[in-house]
Amino acid sequence: MIQFFLIVGVAMCVLVLLCLYRATYGPNVLNRAAGISAIGTKTLIILLIMGVAYDRIDMFVDISMVYALLNFIGTVVLAKYLETTGEVSC
Amino acid sequence: MLVKDVVSAMFVLGGLFFFMTATLGLLRLPDFYARLHATGKGDTLAVFSSLIGLAVYHGFSLTSAKIVFIAVFMFLAQPTATHAISRAAFRCHVEPWTCESEEIAMGQGGEG
Repeated sequence: MIQFFLIVGVAMCVLVLLCLYRATYGPNVLNRAAGISAIGTKTLIILLIMGVAYDRIDMFVDISMVYALLNFIGTVVLAKYLETTGEVSC
Repeated sequence: MLVKDVVSAMFVLGGLFFFMTATLGLLRLPDFYARLHATGKGDTLAVFSSLIGLAVYHGFSLTSAKIVFIAVFMFLAQPTATHAISRAAFRCHVEPWTCESEEIAMGQGGEG
């Protein structure tokens, strides 16, 4: 069962690399923000799978909770900033 | 192989499938609103499914209660963040993709 979770974690890391394309080469800053938000969501699951693999999920679940909060706050703050000041090209 | 493990594996594999579709949409769809439509809904369901699978695998304890709390929080926070960034794009005058704009772009590409 641990091996199953490890395989799922590796597949999730491949998906993170695919999202990193959109976060790097996205046509404007909003596309990059969407890519970074998707990466943060996947990282949350990867952290919990690492917790299962190390058998220390009671420690990793707190880190994952903080990561979920920071991802949400970061995305909303970036959206508010771009909404008030930003002229987004194209 | 317990029943608990089978249920957990089914939930986690469902989450992985929806993560794959969301990533495919983020990479392949034509404009910003369509990409956000793919990740906003796909990631929400994928996170919920994966976290429920991990909570079922861990069993009944305080840790699984925290995992269920993260799932409920993400179920509220992810659509909120998607709506905020989509409204920012609309107020910055990002034009939505339509069939007419595609034809105009193709016509300009063919002539010029």
